[in-house]
Amino acid sequence: MLAPTAPPSLYAKRKGVYPKAVNGFYRRLKWAVMAMTLAIYWGTPWIRWDRGPYAPDQAVLIDLAHRRFYMFAIEIWPQEFYYVAGLLIMAGIGLFLVTSAVGRAWCGYACPQTVWTDLYQHVERFIDGDRNAQLKLAKAPWGVRKLARRLVKWAVWLGIAFITGGAWIFYFADAPTLQHAFWIGTAPPVTYATVAILTATTFVLGGFMREQVCIYMCPWPRIQTAMLDEKSLVVTYKDWRGEQRGSLKKAEARPGSYGDCLDCNQCVAVCPTGIDIREGPQIGCITCALCIDACDKVMAQVGRPRGLIDYCTEESAQAERNGAEPQPAIRTLLRARTIAYFCIWSSVGLAMLFALGVRSRLDISAQQDRNPIFVRLSDGAIRNAYTVKLRNMEARPRTMEIGIAGAPAGRLWTEGGTRETAGATLRTSVPADSVARLRVFLLLPSAGPARQDFDFTVRATDREGGSAREPARFERPPA
Amino acid sequence: MADEKRVDPATGTEIKHHEWDGIQELDTPLPRWWLWTFYATILFAIGYTIAYPAWPMIDRATGGMLGWSSRGALEKELEARERQMAPIRLAIAETPITALPGRPQLMQAAVEGGRAAFRVHCVQCHGSGAAGSRGYPNLNDDDWLWGGDLIAIEKTITDGVRNPDHAATRTSLMPAFGKDQLLTLEQIDDVVAHVRVISGQDKRSAAAQRGARVFADNCAVCHGPAGEGNRAVGAPRLTDAIWLYGGDADTIRETVWNSRHGVMPRWNDKLDKATIRMLAAYVHSLGGGDAVPSVAGGGR
Ligand code: SF4
Ligand code: SF4
Repeated sequence: MLAPTAPPSLYAKRKGVYPKAVNGFYRRLKWAVMAMTLAIYWGTPWIRWDRGPYAPDQAVLIDLAHRRFYMFAIEIWPQEFYYVAGLLIMAGIGLFLVTSAVGRAWCGYACPQTVWTDLYQHVERFIDGDRNAQLKLAKAPWGVRKLARRLVKWAVWLGIAFITGGAWIFYFADAPTLQHAFWIGTAPPVTYATVAILTATTFVLGGFMREQVCIYMCPWPRIQTAMLDEKSLVVTYKDWRGEQRGSLKKAEARPGSYGDCLDCNQCVAVCPTGIDIREGPQIGCITCALCIDACDKVMAQVGRPRGLIDYCTEESAQAERNGAEPQPAIRTLLRARTIAYFCIWSSVGLAMLFALGVRSRLDISAQQDRNPIFVRLSDGAIRNAYTVKLRNMEARPRTMEIGIAGAPAGRLWTEGGTRETAGATLRTSVPADSVARLRVFLLLPSAGPARQDFDFTVRATDREGGSAREPARFERPPA
Repeated sequence: MADEKRVDPATGTEIKHHEWDGIQELDTPLPRWWLWTFYATILFAIGYTIAYPAWPMIDRATGGMLGWSSRGALEKELEARERQMAPIRLAIAETPITALPGRPQLMQAAVEGGRAAFRVHCVQCHGSGAAGSRGYPNLNDDDWLWGGDLIAIEKTITDGVRNPDHAATRTSLMPAFGKDQLLTLEQIDDVVAHVRVISGQDKRSAAAQRGARVFADNCAVCHGPAGEGNRAVGAPRLTDAIWLYGGDADTIRETVWNSRHGVMPRWNDKLDKATIRMLAAYVHSLGGGDAVPSVAGGGR
């Protein structure tokens, strides 16, 4: 195949892929998944959730400026970021689970690259026509007609990129307000930059790069294919049934010497990554199953059983090749490995739910002043100072009472107060959903151990209560 | 070489010569856009080194066409910060210090600003935590030579202590009782014993009894009949647990013999009003500051 004299170029020109429209079960499934994912992605920021007057009423909001993450009834503070870590762990295990069960289902159905490429291809077919018309147009010289069609297509692509890619910003601010600000030009510059970047990447990746992203840029297929095993469902061409390929005419001329594959190339024509599944499993295959739809249609036309190309495990392919019965699909979905993954996955989820249920919405932390560690006052008493932080994680202001446990003689006061007004407890109010920072002075008699452990306590004194404590230490000069 | 070439029959692609665990690699060509991206990064790098400081020369790097430098960026940032702070500084300078606590936001800005200024101007003597050291007062405690309310602290910072060229400066005049032969050695020993008693460090003794008379005649005028001190003249209280130079007999004897004349610069010739006010607010916030005296009060 190689010319013996000229060395092959290190770089290859992209071969155009002009997938043909196809209809069938998997195509409809893809439509459904696309509609669902786009609806979720698009609609989520517009769902309202009443949290009272002190918190945003957007159901899902990533409030970077105030470092809060709202998700329906759940509000996450930066120090609770382990929930996000937990979600990432769940996503990882979920990937193991899905991949070991149904192969690269993510790639074929839910990946944004797939969803947008699919959308763009429908636009392309609507404007340029199906595969053959597209091929013809691609070969045609540039002229007014071609240019006009191209411009229309790119414009529609750009429009889609703008309204879908641009919707990302609504997750980071109040959506209705931001949309208004966006159109009258008063939104923060980063908004416009984000929309511009996401519009551009959607346009380029969905419109022009397409399968190049899947094959060359994306690390996912390398990872996912490594997680497949002989019991995972993958799109398989059943060569033991299809070979020897031959057209209907040939097969009729010499019955018995040809398999079921008519060599009609429909499976290749519909493939969005432009590969031939009959060459066996390969990295370019995103398991979208459109070739299954295409081939099933051909089989139906010639009155042969469907499933020449089908989801099939390697094990069951071996069995079938040897003439045994294929395993039912349920056996690959429910087996030790998938059940184990599911158990791990759901226990992480349950643990997080439990932690969410019992977490406290009031927190205290105290940091001792180290310079100086202690101060001797004129009557000899010793004073330590602490920076105390009170976190009121509820969406309403609360009154708090700071006290100490384990140092009964201690007197507390804070900046603005004096020793004379000191008492055994301190009262302060903390605004809704915020942190109050207090410098707290603690006075103890000079007699006592050089280091005395005690606890800071905090109690919300308003109707619903809540409390927390934090260990601290009092230092004295050595006697 | 050409005869060594092995071609994969399925794809028509050349096979590389290495092999690992039976796995061989195809020499599949990269897509062309990849090459373009690579060229683009090279172009970007060239553009970048022209626009920004990049190439090391003998004593400096190339400057870059945009004139950007990290030092310049820092200066700009500092300028912006100063511009941002200007109205706050102005407000602080215009607000009487006694009115600051009533304006919590301004007060907080003053304390923060004072904290920064303290790090620059005051830590050399008073220490980074303002805990002082021998001869340099601890500003965290509640013992004040010249008063610990906001007004007194501001005045001390403004005019300093014992600046000979400055009329408004604060000066305390403890005589050198021994060196100037105002008291005899025995009298000094007695008065030291007395001071040790009134500060609760020693039990009563005959010497202390004698010293009480010496104290009444020579010391009470500044330190008060009971040794309670007098902030109007910067005379320390002798009855408390805090000693600027030390409360042991030898140190007190040395103090009475030689006297102590600590100094502090006046800052009104170096710092502006706002900074001094911020420093006062910060020092006051350290926890030992006195309440601002009511209208009638004043002094201690
Ligand atoms: S669509 Fe089916 S029959 Fe046609 S070439 Fe592909 S495998 Fe063969
Ligand atoms: S080979 Fe079939 S399943 Fe794989 S990407 Fe192409 S059409 Fe989709």
